[in-house]
Amino acid sequence: MKPEGVGQASWEAALSAFEQAIGSERVFTSDEDIALYRDAYSPMWGEADERLISAAVAPTSTEEVQAIVRTANQFGIPIYPISTGKNLGYGGSAPNLSGSVVVDLKDMRSIIEVDDERHFAIVEPGVSYFDLFDYIQERDLKCWIDCPDPGWGSLVGNALEHGVGHTWYTYRDHFASHCGMEVVLPNGDIVRTGMGALPGSKTWSDFRYGFGPDMDGIFGQGNFGIVTKMGFHLMPQPDAFISKKVRVPRRRDIIPLVKITNEFEYGGILGMPIYESPLTQLQAAGDEELGALMDSPEVWHNDSLDLLAASRELPFWECTLQFYGPREGIYANFDFVKDRILAEIPDAEFVDLEELQFPLSQEEQASVRHKVAVGIPNLNIFSVSARSRTNPNPGDGHLLFSPVIPRTGTDLLEAQQIFGEALRGSPLASLYTPFTPPFTWLHRCFALACGFPISRSDPSINAASRDAMETVIRIGAENGYGEYRTPPLFQDLVSSTYSYNNHALRRLTETVKDAVDPNGIIAAGRNGIWPKHLRERRQ
Amino acid sequence: MIGKVAQIVLLSSTLVACTNDREIAAGADNAPKSQGQLVFEEHCIACHGSEIGNPGEPFMPGTGALDAKYDGTLPAVLTERTDLTPTVVAYFVRNGAGMMPFFRKTDIDDDELAALGLYLSNTEEEQ
Repeated sequence: MKPEGVGQASWEAALSAFEQAIGSERVFTSDEDIALYRDAYSPMWGEADERLISAAVAPTSTEEVQAIVRTANQFGIPIYPISTGKNLGYGGSAPNLSGSVVVDLKDMRSIIEVDDERHFAIVEPGVSYFDLFDYIQERDLKCWIDCPDPGWGSLVGNALEHGVGHTWYTYRDHFASHCGMEVVLPNGDIVRTGMGALPGSKTWSDFRYGFGPDMDGIFGQGNFGIVTKMGFHLMPQPDAFISKKVRVPRRRDIIPLVKITNEFEYGGILGMPIYESPLTQLQAAGDEELGALMDSPEVWHNDSLDLLAASRELPFWECTLQFYGPREGIYANFDFVKDRILAEIPDAEFVDLEELQFPLSQEEQASVRHKVAVGIPNLNIFSVSARSRTNPNPGDGHLLFSPVIPRTGTDLLEAQQIFGEALRGSPLASLYTPFTPPFTWLHRCFALACGFPISRSDPSINAASRDAMETVIRIGAENGYGEYRTPPLFQDLVSSTYSYNNHALRRLTETVKDAVDPNGIIAAGRNGIWPKHLRERRQ
Repeated sequence: MIGKVAQIVLLSSTLVACTNDREIAAGADNAPKSQGQLVFEEHCIACHGSEIGNPGEPFMPGTGALDAKYDGTLPAVLTERTDLTPTVVAYFVRNGAGMMPFFRKTDIDDDELAALGLYLSNTEEEQ
């Protein structure tokens, strides 16, 4: 495969120029090698419209990225940058435009600086959460990373995709906690943002804005350049951590519970609250009584599930409450939060989960129950959908739907019903129920996310997931819910739902695209932003 | 220049020995580690180690998957297997299995893959 519209002579000349710039061993063109850049969780696996690449190039320096970009401009080669390519569920390493050349930044793995007095790190795109964690541990630095569930991804890539983590709210919004970028623009120029624009600056990763407009935002979920360095604020290592679980018996108890946890999280008392419902385990086990109740449309409004939970001596909701800080202080904070919850939900019950005092020994790290809550990277999240004793016939991946909804209990119950009824009659209807818990990574709202199944052997499963995805995207938008992130296959659709004033936001980004990348070489179509010459490709 | 601190290259061609839970699961000692063991610790052990998983999960994901698949007929922890060959290891690394994606050559290059195959097939000493 070669990029569409590129002549054979130009293609061969471009490949030759890539090899000259970075070495032939870092230019991948064989079928065997480029197959490794397929999206392992592609919802189009093996079908005609699966997004495939023509080649991959793996630079090791900013200068090599510049050379690649200039060559791409010279020959009109579409390129698609990835950091570590672990964006599974949201597209992996595959591009929007088939035939693109992937610029694989995995081997740009320098940790430029870590400062545990001012609490920041500056890293290249190939640095993973595991890498930075190990670096900090080896040097006994008193700072934490905030990592997403899978720790093998890139700090830069995750932040640019607006990825999220699990600790304190100011750190787990990874784009919001970044500070300073170095970017190779489509013309090969290098720009440093914020204080980095000041030669000799001493505060690149302390003060994000520098002087003048804050340009960083266009590089998040954008296609206006290739980020080659990025700074991040780090959390100081706290004295202690405690986690407690509160259990409440009724579905509508979520309304006061969310109100209280919002108040304490936004006030700096509480870490990320984690909502769960034991009824999801009954559902996974195929509980017949629960299944019968779920068949009734009235299940959204009546108290049948409350009664079922009570009959099984289960709470309807559980919420893990996490506290970081001085040990005595966080116990006092917990007591205060507990009293507030009991004042509004008198029959709430509390359970001790974990207490940790930092620093942890290696043995203590290994036994931490929920490692991402204290910034220890791992891959344990894959147990959610991998084969196990309770899931003997798993899929081969998932397609993530991540709608953003207001963070109130009332909005949660309403959104559950909207998405549940949208999928009613579908084989995937069980994904939205009256007990579907919200995710709280986005610290000012809920992501009522779910994963539709993916198969690398049964296209009908993928077709059903694609249909369901399109349905919930459209119905969500009709009800005011938009996605914060989606795979390439759905980026045009999601982009089209952000349509205020005749798609004014998209028209603005296209105007910027045409000015910054007139040949449209970088990540064409990314998040609905197509260059002028390919704009008719929008689906 | 970037900041005032000299650039520190973490990993250009060298695999850094892990000092966290991944090392413990591999059985930390003072013996020098083979390249295959280092590759395993960097890329595999976070799913195929012997530690606990997330709350409610007794195993790490890869170990839990193999525990369910083999139901005791083969060890669930990869480093306890005696039936693996470099060819089998290479197949799964380059093709994936279920939720496990395949690994690109910028993750694990061919030399590292060969070393990993020797380590997991317990044939390093024969080389």
